[in-house]
Amino acid sequence: MSEQFEPVIIGFTCNWCSYRAADMAGTARIKYPPNIRLVRLMCSGRLDPTFVLKALSEGADGVLITGCHPGECHYLEQNYKALRRYRLLLKTIAQMGIEPERVKLVWASAAEGVQLARAITTFVEEIRALGPLRWPLRLAEMDIKETAAVEEVVA
Amino acid sequence: MSNKQNQPQDEKERIGVYVCHCGSNIAGVVDVEDVAVWAKEELGDQGVVVSRDYKFMCSSLGQEMIENDIKEQGLNRVVVAACSPHLHEATFRKACERAGLNPYLSELVSIREQVSWVHTDKEKATEKAKAMVAGGVERVIENEPLEPLRVPIHPATLVVGGGIAGIQAALEIADAGYQVYMVEREPSIGGHMAQFDKTFPTLDCAACILTPKMVSVGEHPNIELLTWSEVERVEGYVGNFSVTVRKRPRYVDTDLCTGCGICWEKCPKKVIDEDFEQGLGYRTAVYTPFPQAVPKYPVIDTESCIFFANGKCKACEKLCPTGAINFDQEEEILLLEVGNIIIATGFDTFDARRIPEYGYGRLANVFTSVEFERMCNAAGPTNGEVVLRDGVTKPEAVGIVHCVGSRDRNYNNYCSVICCMSSLKFAHLVKERTGAEVYNFYIDMRTAYKDYDEFYQRVMEEGVLFVRGRVAEITDATRNPGEEGKLVVQVEDTLAGRQRRIPVDMAILSVGLQPPSDTKEVAQRFGISCSASGWITEKHPKLDPVATMTEGIFIAGAIQGPKDIPTSVAQGAAAAARVLGRINKGEMYLEPIRATVDPEKCSGCRICNNLCPFGAIIFHEDLMVTEINHALCQGCGTCVAACPAGAISGTGFSNEQVLSQIEGLLAYSFPKDFELVEMVPA
Repeated sequence: MSEQFEPVIIGFTCNWCSYRAADMAGTARIKYPPNIRLVRLMCSGRLDPTFVLKALSEGADGVLITGCHPGECHYLEQNYKALRRYRLLLKTIAQMGIEPERVKLVWASAAEGVQLARAITTFVEEIRALGPLRWPLRLAEMDIKETAAVEEVVA
Repeated sequence: MSNKQNQPQDEKERIGVYVCHCGSNIAGVVDVEDVAVWAKEELGDQGVVVSRDYKFMCSSLGQEMIENDIKEQGLNRVVVAACSPHLHEATFRKACERAGLNPYLSELVSIREQVSWVHTDKEKATEKAKAMVAGGVERVIENEPLEPLRVPIHPATLVVGGGIAGIQAALEIADAGYQVYMVEREPSIGGHMAQFDKTFPTLDCAACILTPKMVSVGEHPNIELLTWSEVERVEGYVGNFSVTVRKRPRYVDTDLCTGCGICWEKCPKKVIDEDFEQGLGYRTAVYTPFPQAVPKYPVIDTESCIFFANGKCKACEKLCPTGAINFDQEEEILLLEVGNIIIATGFDTFDARRIPEYGYGRLANVFTSVEFERMCNAAGPTNGEVVLRDGVTKPEAVGIVHCVGSRDRNYNNYCSVICCMSSLKFAHLVKERTGAEVYNFYIDMRTAYKDYDEFYQRVMEEGVLFVRGRVAEITDATRNPGEEGKLVVQVEDTLAGRQRRIPVDMAILSVGLQPPSDTKEVAQRFGISCSASGWITEKHPKLDPVATMTEGIFIAGAIQGPKDIPTSVAQGAAAAARVLGRINKGEMYLEPIRATVDPEKCSGCRICNNLCPFGAIIFHEDLMVTEINHALCQGCGTCVAACPAGAISGTGFSNEQVLSQIEGLLAYSFPKDFELVEMVPA
């Protein structure tokens, strides 16, 4: 791995806005780095914080959450609920020793293919600068320590 | 690696993976053969038994290939790696259905919009495509067979906006025999077209072609016209919308009023008509905006009415022969049940005051295009005379400025489409009525569509002068002889390559179109969205310009983007055709994406209870469990994500589906710069 670090990022998209923005970026052939893999949800409100933790625990270096702009939610107001959960989630992951910057929420309407591509490009660079997360590795280390601690207590 | 606990052991997945070349659209960047071979080899453990690539998966041959594999190889899951599900999901679902497989046991992975069209590095694109296929395979394993939801379609339709697009839509549906409610904010329908004198390129009189249609709307037994009214709330979903309409008081009893006009003839209070006459003319406090208004009933403007100011006057009430004036009238709230909604709320014009260097509002003889339309109109404030602001002087030279507020990064980036043609129309009308010298200042001439360019040539032959260049300034500060008492148009003539100062008596600013100022709120009310420039977003810019992303809500006319009368009429008719199709079918099928509570798991904590904006979540106090009403649930999944007990499941986007997809997306792209296996304790 002599070349620059290539992060792997999971992006959660809303079926009505950001997923269509991704479609639009494609149709307009707007380029962004291939480090992101998108998951379609019906709404950013569907985003169970577990999904983010799952992505990080499976090896993602960052997670991008995208939803409709405030006030433009297809389901009226569910993006506000996503925003609330996002704020809590940032606190949670910080307590787990993960830089909160690794999880980012951006708004993108269905018309904003250019803006979404730009947001992805920026986020990839931000995660590249943070370096690899290697959370699966850390989890494994934690397991070892925990096992050792338990063994010590037992002994 | 997937959560297969709830899968019967004997029912092993048999998954088919189909990778589309899309000509060179995908194959040009992604090594599709490699992806297909890889899927068979690497994802065999997940149950991939067939993996193929094909030039055009969506072609009938491609679909037949999938169908044959389902039948012959006994596939029970299908993953297609091709374009966006918003394009071809339905195609491949139907193919599965034809082969006897539940259509929801298929998954479309978008390796065109999300890979080949946005990435250039072939190796990385191929790697990403593989990860996405793996994600699709892991997800499809968790897909459940579903049945689409059937919803009945209420046969009534709401048309919002009574301009030419809305009128056309309403008439098409009403003529087909179905009930239409038309809601219009102004006292009369007709919209902008009612203000115009002539229409390009034929120069037929706007009123002559519009008013018969207005009358048809007013008289139609199937149309209930609600003017002076606004939509306040929209609830429900396609087929079953409940719409709350606020009908403002006219202070005129429409059951008694005959539209005789005595009230507005006798009303002592004259005010400047800022709306219909654009400030060029007057109206009374009780008024109809124009003589051919539909409905014919006037409204009383409470802000200018003497009675509403000091409790005196009541001249209209005293003189009304039928006793129709009613100062005690109150606003009404109406509840309408409709199956579909067509939004045709049109446009506003750009406020020319925003460009101070053009002097509108400061220099008397700078007019906007709408003012000029009124001036040309025989029923308008000058009886059709083209005169300066003093009301008598005929101009000897007139400058018409194109693209005011359009194609300008400082204001609106887009082209307003109609201004070139309306500017040519103005040039012709000025020539015809005054014989003045006419200059058109344009950036580019845009005269596309039938007979438009011929009109441009005709106007050129009439001797109208064209100067190519954006006007820098319109000023009354004279510098050279011959400029005294004139307006000077300062412009860079880009064809001659020099600055010019052209003295004129009158300047007409061809103001651009922009979305009505409250379009955002309107969009929110109807659950649809606006583009960056503020117009309402259509479902597909080319293939579905009159539908929106919300089922049952259609758009027509300029609210979708600037357009001329013929296109607005065509869209009105198109939207009506879509609605009629729905009504005739009587029902439609919706994606079965809904949330369900497992009463066994629900702890009755009520965390989900306040999350649903559609009121679909009901709590049973007696049983201490929550239930979700499928008729009201829209499938956003916010409650699914919130349930701490995991008691709520969301079809189509279940936890298992999403978590498995995440696993698949990451399983084959994990950075291999360290060995995880060694770290795990034995």
